[in-house]
Amino acid sequence: MGVLIVPFLYNQEGGLMRVFKELAIIVGILLFSYVIQQLTKMPVPAPVLGMIILLLSLLLGVVKLEDIELVSRFFLDHLTFLFVPSGVGLMVVWGIIKDQWIIIFLISLLTTILAMGITGITVQLIKGNKGGDK
Amino acid sequence: MTNYLDTPLFGIFLSLIAFQIGMYVNKRTKMAIFSPLVIALIIVISTLNFFHIDYEIFNKGGSIITFFLGPATVILAVPLYKQINRLKDSAVPILIGIIVGSSFSIISVIVLGKMFGLTEVVIKSLVPKATTTAISQELSAQIGGIPAITIAGTMVNGIFGNLMGVYIMKFFKIKDKEAVGVALGTTSHAVGTAKAMELGEVQGGMSSLSISIAGIVTVFLAPILIKLLMG
Repeated sequence: MGVLIVPFLYNQEGGLMRVFKELAIIVGILLFSYVIQQLTKMPVPAPVLGMIILLLSLLLGVVKLEDIELVSRFFLDHLTFLFVPSGVGLMVVWGIIKDQWIIIFLISLLTTILAMGITGITVQLIKGNKGGDK
Repeated sequence: MTNYLDTPLFGIFLSLIAFQIGMYVNKRTKMAIFSPLVIALIIVISTLNFFHIDYEIFNKGGSIITFFLGPATVILAVPLYKQINRLKDSAVPILIGIIVGSSFSIISVIVLGKMFGLTEVVIKSLVPKATTTAISQELSAQIGGIPAITIAGTMVNGIFGNLMGVYIMKFFKIKDKEAVGVALGTTSHAVGTAKAMELGEVQGGMSSLSISIAGIVTVFLAPILIKLLMG
């Protein structure tokens, strides 16, 4: 990660100092979510809870977009990379699914088609019933 | 040889190299099926298999990368916040569309999974697959699935939605731009959104808005629907 992050950060105004503050905001929200999740045992993953808290903070103006600009851009631009190790875990669980992988694949395709169709039709129908306002 | 690789550096290095190659191939071919992630996974898994290196050795570094998914998921609030004013005009149809779509996605996976005799753990792994990977794999662990299977399912959803989305819209006669965007974002997350952005600004914005909302909706609905349908 360091290799990626260093040149990116030095090009920004405010440089490294700002990044520590930005990271502290994000990590702080995540830590808070984790503690809440542990205390309440709610079935919502802590990062998703953190996402909701950050959204509310942005909407209420407690956190401004500029306060987390560098860190958010970095993570959003490089998000996909973070899935590589978990995806590689497929080789470990392959034994569990190797007899059924074609069924799993077909179910994935079929449910995608149907869910996509149903979602679009629902939006279109409700919009239409409101009297055609765009 | 495995002894000498027993450091987090190995997994991080292999992931970085594999993803670099993946991005290069993707840039050259510009095809959704050759996504950087798919190529990186093929490269890493083949390398580990070829040299008989255990996943545990790889994951010493891998788990460090995976750790950053936590903060990254929190940051998904940013694109949602940027698009949220798009909700003003037609919030009701959009939100109902996302809720119906997400519920249908969960229910259809459970029903079809049971029908075709998939094991409980595999069904639970597939339940969150329509949501964006950051959320789907966290949710999978939460509801008793296997995150690696979830990621595979999530990739199928995204890539298939990206490639076939336009034809699916035609088949179901979905013409409204907002409806197209919501449908792509709700069921094919960021990979589908890439296609929505090609289609137009309204479609792209709607799709990107729908990703996070669908994620939140699914996180709350999945445990309930699993309890109801799988007892």
